[in-house]
Amino acid sequence: MKGQALAIALIIASGVATFIMSVSTMQSLKLTQETFYEDYRFADVFASLKRAPESLQTRIREIPGVDRVETRVSAAVNIDIPDFPDPVTGNIISIPDIGESLLNKLFLREGRLTEAFRDDEVVIGEAFAGAHGFKPGDKLGVIINGRRRDLTIVGIALSPEHIYQMPPGAFFPDFERYGVMWMGRTALATAYDMKGAFNDVTLTFSSNADVNDVIERLDELLKPYGGLGAYSRKDQLSHRYLSEEFKQLEQMAAMFPVIFLGVAVFLLNVVISRVIHMQREEIAVLKAFGYSNFDIGMHFVKLVLMIVSTGVIAGITGGGRLGEWMSNIYMEFYRFPFLKYELQPEIIIIAALVSAAAAILGTLHSLRKAALLPPAQAMRPEPPATYRETLPEQLGLKRLLSQPTRMIIRHIGRRPVKSLLSVTGIAFACAIMMVGSFQGDALDFMVYVQFGLSQREDIAVTFVEPTSGRALYELQSLEGVEYGEVFRTVPARLRFRHRSYRTAIQGLKSGGDLQRLLDADLKPIDLPRSGIVLTDHLGEMLGVREGDRLTVEVLEGRRPVLTVPVAGLVSQYLGVSAYMNLSALNRLMHEGNAVSGVYLATDSRYLPGIFKKLKEMPRVAGTGIREKAIAKFYETMGETILIFTLINTLLAGIIAFGVVYNSARIALSERSRELASLRVLGFTRGEISYILLGELSIFTLAAVPLGFLIGRGMCAYIAANLKTDLYRVPLILEADTYAFAAAVVLVCACISGLIVRRKLDHLDLIAVLKAKE
Amino acid sequence: MPDNSMSNTISPEPVVFRARGVTKVYDMGEVKVHALRGLDMELYAGEMVVLLGPSGSGKSTLLNILGGLDTATSGHVSYHGRDITGAPDKELTEYRRFHVGFVFQFYNLIPSLTALENVAVVTEIALEPMDPAEALRLVGLGNRLDHFPAQLSGGEQQRVAIARAVAKNPDVLLCDEPTGALDSATGIVVLEVLERVNRELGTATVLITHNADIAGMADRVIYLSDGLISRVHRNERKKSPHELRW
Ligand SMILES: Nc1ncnc2c1ncn2[C@@H]1O[C@H](COP(=O)(O)OP(=O)(O)OP(=O)(O)O)[C@@H](O)[C@H]1O
Ligand SMILES: [Mg+2]
Repeated sequence: MKGQALAIALIIASGVATFIMSVSTMQSLKLTQETFYEDYRFADVFASLKRAPESLQTRIREIPGVDRVETRVSAAVNIDIPDFPDPVTGNIISIPDIGESLLNKLFLREGRLTEAFRDDEVVIGEAFAGAHGFKPGDKLGVIINGRRRDLTIVGIALSPEHIYQMPPGAFFPDFERYGVMWMGRTALATAYDMKGAFNDVTLTFSSNADVNDVIERLDELLKPYGGLGAYSRKDQLSHRYLSEEFKQLEQMAAMFPVIFLGVAVFLLNVVISRVIHMQREEIAVLKAFGYSNFDIGMHFVKLVLMIVSTGVIAGITGGGRLGEWMSNIYMEFYRFPFLKYELQPEIIIIAALVSAAAAILGTLHSLRKAALLPPAQAMRPEPPATYRETLPEQLGLKRLLSQPTRMIIRHIGRRPVKSLLSVTGIAFACAIMMVGSFQGDALDFMVYVQFGLSQREDIAVTFVEPTSGRALYELQSLEGVEYGEVFRTVPARLRFRHRSYRTAIQGLKSGGDLQRLLDADLKPIDLPRSGIVLTDHLGEMLGVREGDRLTVEVLEGRRPVLTVPVAGLVSQYLGVSAYMNLSALNRLMHEGNAVSGVYLATDSRYLPGIFKKLKEMPRVAGTGIREKAIAKFYETMGETILIFTLINTLLAGIIAFGVVYNSARIALSERSRELASLRVLGFTRGEISYILLGELSIFTLAAVPLGFLIGRGMCAYIAANLKTDLYRVPLILEADTYAFAAAVVLVCACISGLIVRRKLDHLDLIAVLKAKE
Repeated sequence: MPDNSMSNTISPEPVVFRARGVTKVYDMGEVKVHALRGLDMELYAGEMVVLLGPSGSGKSTLLNILGGLDTATSGHVSYHGRDITGAPDKELTEYRRFHVGFVFQFYNLIPSLTALENVAVVTEIALEPMDPAEALRLVGLGNRLDHFPAQLSGGEQQRVAIARAVAKNPDVLLCDEPTGALDSATGIVVLEVLERVNRELGTATVLITHNADIAGMADRVIYLSDGLISRVHRNERKKSPHELRW
């Protein structure tokens, strides 16, 4: 009983720990984010524009519903880091010459802010500093507006606006090749030709603001000044990606514990009903002595609650620790300046209540069956169990089977439901192992699809502003460039009925080889001559189907509002986007053959030379390197999703062990009498082990394929629900996931077998002879 | 092969068991229970011995030690001249497997095996076993071969247990209250089987009972009290079981 109680407690503990860990991590991250946003005055509305006179600020402030306004200068720059060959780009944002920013305040990790009116000082983001090992006092070459300046790093800071730092056009942060920095307003404006003007504004709402109205009015105000569309936090890059990440974590935090706790509760019921069944004689004796069903019920409920509370307490303690540990990892990953870890009492209460309720229900259900039996009948020793020949024996296999083998299969066959429950229990253990590890397979597949089938360029060069298509020839003439394809990116808000989504329309050359769109079967398709093609997930979010007419609000240039038919949906696991034929897009925009950048296929031997040339081109705003993007992808996923999954896999392993061990123990307690009798008759330890472990082996072997099925179902459920703008996880299960799950279950079976085998060595032969069946 | 007429002569048969100074102490922490206190005895080939004594006198303990199910705290037990005290588990298992047949009060049959299979489970691993069906015919169950224990009466189950015990052709048969759970008529049937096995196969038999009447069928009756042999009685004339009444 002790070992079994421990195993039950362990299962509960793992289920509860997953729950506590997931939910507390989630809540802590959100709390940290909120606190950081609040304390450092993260703005509510953001807008970029070409250039507006500073005087416009007063009119912005007059918009009803606006509380604070801060105008800024923001400059895209190239950064020159000695000994770092890859092109590095960045964004310098102005801070007031004197004092702190009004909005989006900086959290200084090291050093200080820039001194008033100094034009050679810069504060850099912590992530960027960390990636290159920069310290205050280090120097940095920055190309602003085509002119190189040497700046001294005076501080290292974090900003609520740039928790997630993404190079333009990338899916994932790249701290090495993209940096956010801050300079005094006057110095930056001078260098960027923005004296007395601004090209970026942020503001906060007052308490009674009409959110959409404020954004619309701001948009109207900025339109004549080349406004690129004001947007709220929801569309702010860092915030949006953070929210999507959180959403993803939240989904996992909701699904894993449900599955885990569910499995734990199921197993708990199986085990408890068996324990109670074995106690039926004692129950009868108690009843004969006049104990009421209620008294007996309380006795067992107390017993079960003791086991459950041991598990719950262990789960809460362990889950809390894991949650704090994981929150710290996330804090570093997301670059929060601090962490507010919090384990809310509600979660603890929920975990305890769910476990206890499940256990008590299971107990009472089994008890009811035991209590219904009149004491006299229950006290009579159970007549020898009735067995029958099993089907395979009747089919003529019997002659081949030794007596011990017949014992095994008849025992299984006698209680098919019970045997099935044991098998199902082990199968669930196998299944949650698969849930734990399937995302690794999915990631590999996503990379294969995204970077192997779809996005095949070696380098993606983005220009500062739309440029003539002739830029292609300049780049193609570089030594080592084998082939190039131009593309156009137009920021736009897509609207369908009441839904809208802010993204960019990618104009691609049809028949291109470097950027390919994939249909549902992942076959490359040709971009239709007209109409817009959406990522399937975007189509789902907007609720559009092929043929629907989409409203496209272009957020660039003369900002036309167009109606474009949806020409199709394409499969894409990473990010969301909209695609159009390049010439069709150019036509819509009333522009010649303008391009935003070029995809290049290169000979990798010439890369350093190509990078060197690209760095020298003032029009180049960013350079995406495919190889690095893949590495970043794994790094990002490794740090967020995979850690989560790893811990879950570990907990799943514990559950698997608990289940298998319990099955073995139940088998042992059911058969110890028989096995002891056989020992008396001169059977060796090995021979009786065969009977017990044979049953366990059959259960395990039957459970593995069933577990594969259940596991696949669970993974499909997760894949169907784990959908964010960042990525969608495809249901991909490689052989190694199956193999791993099976291996864990088999190892658990072996260890349980060994433990049980050791117990068999200490069977009390004499005790069984004294007792009735 | 001894028959009734020879049973009152000094037995010339070789000694099957010889126990010398056997003690068994159960250490219960605070108290020590002395189940056997330096007991000496012999069991001769082919003889039928009944062990009588009050409850707690050490009968089962003695039987279990003789059968290799338990080990003595001190003293020696030899089987055909071979010391089995302190033998390793492996040797004791082999000893039980090839040489000893057990019959217990609660039958201890394997419920998932038929009568025939319950016997076969032992003959499959024995050296020179009988045919399992024949062993069952010997105990009068030739027509119940394919019945599972649940389908047999208590007496029939006990006879299966006896068939199982004798089918390996053991040298000794150790029976601990084989009729304890049976009514007298059924008990007598079981005793007849034991008597027949002893007579026809010459298997030395030790039989524990609480029933003094049963002592009548023994060659010798050993009285145990408080862990020691208090008296040995040799029956002038063995009764056959159907002469017994209780
Ligand atoms: N496992 C044990 N632990 C402690 N004491 C024991 C154990 N087995 C037997 N005893 C004690 O040893 C003594 C002898 O027991 P044993 O079972 O040999 O008696 P018995 O003569 O067979 O009695 P009965 O006729 O009631 O079966 C008793 O006092 C008993 O309490
Ligand atoms: Mg006894």
